Amino acid sequence: MSTPTVALAAKQRTPVRPARVLLHVFLVVTALAWLAPLLWAMFAALRPYSETSAKGYVSWPDKLSFDNFTNAFEQSDMMHYFGNTLIIAVPAVLLTLLLSSMVAFYVSRFDFRFNIALLLVFTAGNLLPQQVIITPLYRMYLLIDLPGITVSGKLYDSALGLVLIHVAFQSGFCAFVLSNYMRMLPHELTEAALVDGASVWRMYWQIVLPLCKPAMAALATLLSIWIYNDFFWAIVLISTGDNMPITSALNNLSGQYFTDPNLVAAGALLTAIPTLIVYFVLQRQFVSGLTLGANKG
Amino acid sequence: MSIETGIQNPEAAAVPPPGGAPAQKKKRAPQGHNRLLTRRDRVTLGLMAGVPTILHVALVWVTALASVALAFTTWDGIGFDSIKWVGLQNFKQLFTDNPQFWPAVEHNIVWFVVLILIPTPFGLFLAVQLDKKIRFTRIYQTAFFLPVVVSLAVTGFVWQLVYNPDTGLINSLIGANKPGHYIDWIGNPHLNLWAVLVAASWRHTGYMMILYLAGLKGVDPSLREASALDGANEWQTFKNVIFPTLRPTNTVVLVVTIIEALRAFDLVFVFNKGAQGTELLSILITNNIIGESSRIGYGSAIAVVLLVISLAVIIPYLIATFRKERRA
Repeated sequence: MSTPTVALAAKQRTPVRPARVLLHVFLVVTALAWLAPLLWAMFAALRPYSETSAKGYVSWPDKLSFDNFTNAFEQSDMMHYFGNTLIIAVPAVLLTLLLSSMVAFYVSRFDFRFNIALLLVFTAGNLLPQQVIITPLYRMYLLIDLPGITVSGKLYDSALGLVLIHVAFQSGFCAFVLSNYMRMLPHELTEAALVDGASVWRMYWQIVLPLCKPAMAALATLLSIWIYNDFFWAIVLISTGDNMPITSALNNLSGQYFTDPNLVAAGALLTAIPTLIVYFVLQRQFVSGLTLGANKG
Repeated sequence: MSIETGIQNPEAAAVPPPGGAPAQKKKRAPQGHNRLLTRRDRVTLGLMAGVPTILHVALVWVTALASVALAFTTWDGIGFDSIKWVGLQNFKQLFTDNPQFWPAVEHNIVWFVVLILIPTPFGLFLAVQLDKKIRFTRIYQTAFFLPVVVSLAVTGFVWQLVYNPDTGLINSLIGANKPGHYIDWIGNPHLNLWAVLVAASWRHTGYMMILYLAGLKGVDPSLREASALDGANEWQTFKNVIFPTLRPTNTVVLVVTIIEALRAFDLVFVFNKGAQGTELLSILITNNIIGESSRIGYGSAIAVVLLVISLAVIIPYLIATFRKERRA
């Protein structure tokens, strides 16, 4: 990012302005207040329960250690739940991107009759609150028998069931964003390929998709965080605690450590770590993904 | 760039797409364009659009319609024989008998009003400040945005640690953590909704800030310069020049906020499962499924109320959006 020269010159002429200092003070204080709940959880998690119960929570720590973190991690078998999340999130993200990019390709590169209607169906579906569809969905999942394919023998209580609903639900948002993106690609590109006899699939796979990389990267980041963070689908559509992904498993686990808030704090923070890593590494993609959809309004 | 290289080496064409193709050409093209497709291409295209559509429609729209149908029946969920048509009875009971329904509607409305009145303007304010090309803006942005990244369930646990009556941060700081002096932020039905809303606002501010920051990036700098030349002060520039140009962002913000208010679930579920004081429509529906009682028709009737409110927001918004797009 290059700062416009005008602004740069202005900055150099007036190095320290009281208004700026005041603004920084305000921002530092507010930012710290914003981080306070997370820092508080961190502080609690770093102290043993025996110490805080004796001295109170707002007190100077005798010793800080990662014991709660290792205990939470081992006692609650967190590795297992992270694994469950991975089994759900990786296929869900990939499938969502594949399917929604195909829909987007269809509606943005060809002029069929119901293009806009189709895109409307997808986008509107994504904006619905999940609870609107959960009752019949839950019943449907219970009815669909998949002996030998899922462990539960049904779509209910299976990773496959969660993958399917994530894909169905999230493809609405992705189809909308990707179709906007694809519409910006010059039409000549695919037209020329068509004249030359390239198949539709080749146009999609070798011409359009590679050009959509930036949007796909942004959406992949966003989807991974959303699907990782999902709580609702898993709470309703998974009944065996052992099959739960990490965020909803945390809900069960907190019951076990009800008497030790420090351990709960450690567990909650551990659960948040993967999303924080994804965010810090792919910050730019994440933010641009959020605004790709929103700017179009 | 020749046409050939454009096809054989798509990477070479990976320059920022220079605007859309001329609309007139697109209008004229369709028939010839589509006629070039071979049978196989048509089948491929049909599958490409068909498979995702079937999945989406089957899991989202068919179930939404099924909710509407089930709302007029009673069903215990055991076998299809027990489905009985009862007409409007579920709704009648919902509107008149259910002690939780109207509080839930009220709480959903309160949720929206609070989000739109407090964190939304505050997010806008932060965005305007951070848009001033100040130092460390990345760090500030991250601090405000972090709550959006962390899952709502985790957020719920973190705020429970803050609100806990005897070990929580707030009560410890104000000395209300001694037995007999407890302030029970989560258990007290007059306080818990507001306690949850603080946590929800904490998250919403960062979300709104990012949306507004993106909107502000799109404001033409010459507008600011013109305004500065005219001698407008910061507030006047914002009020008369910047804010009006943020109109599209404001629309998105309004729709996002309404939908967030209708969707609100995770935080409350983690807090107290929507017990006294924090009932929400989403929670009532969910409790009908995972609770001990399985009153499917009744739960669906609540879902229909939620569906109708949602569609009343979603449809006009999308029609306006798509209409604008077609004109563009």
